[in-house]
Amino acid sequence: MGAACDTTTHGGYPMNSGTAEPAIGDFLGGIHSKGTGFRSLINRILTVLCVGLSLLTLVPLFSIIFLVVKNGWPLLSWQTFVELPPAAGMVGGGFANAVVGTLVMVGLGLAISAPVGILAAIYINEYAPNARLSHAVRLVAKLLTGIPSIICGVFAFAVIVSTTGTFSAYAGAVALSVLMLPTILLTAEQALLSVQSSFREASYGLGATKFQTITRIVLPDALPAIMTGVMLAVARAAGETAPLIFTALFSQFWAQSLNEPTASLSVLIFNFSTVPFPHQIAMAWTASLVLVAFVTVANVLAQWVFSKKY
Amino acid sequence: MASPNESTLQVGRRLPDLFRILCWIAGAGVVLVLGWIIVEIAQSAWPAISKFGLEFLSNSAWVPNRERFGVFPFIIGTISSSAIAMLFAFPLGLAIAIFLSEDFLPLPVRQTVRFVVEMLAAIPSVVYGLWGIFVVIPIVKTIGDWTTERFGTVPIFEGPTYGNSLLTASLVLALMILPTLTAISRNALAAVPPALREGAYALGATRWEAILGVILPTAAPGVVAATILALGRAMGETMAVAMLIGNSSRPSWSIFAPSGTLAGLLANQFGEASGLQVNSLMYAALILVVITLGVNLVGEWVLRVTRRRTEGIR
Repeated sequence: MGAACDTTTHGGYPMNSGTAEPAIGDFLGGIHSKGTGFRSLINRILTVLCVGLSLLTLVPLFSIIFLVVKNGWPLLSWQTFVELPPAAGMVGGGFANAVVGTLVMVGLGLAISAPVGILAAIYINEYAPNARLSHAVRLVAKLLTGIPSIICGVFAFAVIVSTTGTFSAYAGAVALSVLMLPTILLTAEQALLSVQSSFREASYGLGATKFQTITRIVLPDALPAIMTGVMLAVARAAGETAPLIFTALFSQFWAQSLNEPTASLSVLIFNFSTVPFPHQIAMAWTASLVLVAFVTVANVLAQWVFSKKY
Repeated sequence: MASPNESTLQVGRRLPDLFRILCWIAGAGVVLVLGWIIVEIAQSAWPAISKFGLEFLSNSAWVPNRERFGVFPFIIGTISSSAIAMLFAFPLGLAIAIFLSEDFLPLPVRQTVRFVVEMLAAIPSVVYGLWGIFVVIPIVKTIGDWTTERFGTVPIFEGPTYGNSLLTASLVLALMILPTLTAISRNALAAVPPALREGAYALGATRWEAILGVILPTAAPGVVAATILALGRAMGETMAVAMLIGNSSRPSWSIFAPSGTLAGLLANQFGEASGLQVNSLMYAALILVVITLGVNLVGEWVLRVTRRRTEGIR
């Protein structure tokens, strides 16, 4: 081993062993006498520090999960899902209208953002990957992910609430669709990108048109990964409060139409967590438990769909 | 010539063009959305912009019933809460990113930590707020009382201590930006070619000499980008901050005093605002958009430059 090392490191040059031996000896000796103990001590300290800090992050997450389950569990029952929220200071009730409101608004938002996001992803990946518009779409999508979620709410307020004059489920859905759009678009682009180009070539080789190739070959192959993005977007939108707080507002009652203030789980948590009534606060914890459970399931499901394909 | 068979085929051959146009419209729509957001907000803010001008930025009064509006304290609150959050999150995020890209502990442990960090990103903001009210506020109150008693003469530790304070909001913010910081830093570290690490080891470097001397400097621009993007996230974070920071426009140096952010201001006042207050809130929203867009643009630019550079090393 030593001989092999010598020949490779010295590149076959004849080495004068008389001068080389002491040089290597000095080098090793230098490490041993001056540094090794100190250096490996530093090394060990930094390792412990790094691992310690990393494991430290487990603490807050466990604290959150533990408290949400512990405080949310007592009120979790069938009643919670079928009854309306209690008025201030009252006990009993549930948050049925908030669950329905969240589902309706996320669903409506998805109905707007999913087609736009996926079609735009098809354009920038299948039709014109290097067009100026495609570069612009990619940049804008990245910037949209960085825009604060409350700005989506401000936008929907300006566009819909001010013109119709009422807080509504529509406005909430529009705000959520802006929020979901970049997630869906960027994951759909990645999904399309991961479809092997030989699939496309084979399809063209068999005489298929571009449209046929995209709809029959590329989209079916990319579908699981696209669904992953859709589910991540749904999970994120379901938990968002800021875009809904002044677009859909909140309601203690069942909404009769989509054009009136609508309750949602996240706004219910916000409203109930700042009141001085223990029962309402307990209900905020229960709503948090439902929300966290939903978001976790959606995330795990997304990962699972993704891993099934790849 | 025009047999029915061929005409359907022609329709089929022409359809893709329609589909292409549809996709183009969707793409153009996405680009337009960003412009629409900015124009719509600027338009709604116009009465306030023309009335207050740039004084809006430096004025400290927010008195809706006297129609006096200024967001100076909220801009300071936005910047200081994100900066303090970064102070806590940066060492943690970097440590986790290094932890995930090294083999200190077996893979299952690392995967667990990674999953935990990803879970932190999935928890809704409002749940962080609820948790903060019942966990972080009492802790900060205790620490604050202890600190102000001993170091009360230092402006940033000045009493009296409030639970709803700048520090409370910053601590929770730090937790919330940790996933962004970790994910992008980890990618930057993973993009460092293994040959560089091997080279450092071959020269006799210890593991941490290789990390600090070779790997981190190579990944530094990516880590900088991660910091900038996480900072943008912290500045726009709304609900948890609105629930924890106390939403005060009274300026104070103390980290134990209530403060306010632009996003928190919007969350608290939009629902019941009317008249010029709506326009002023729109103005505040516009400032928030400009700040976060600027921060994100810089972050994306750094990220792009980084990618080009590490490609060169390979």
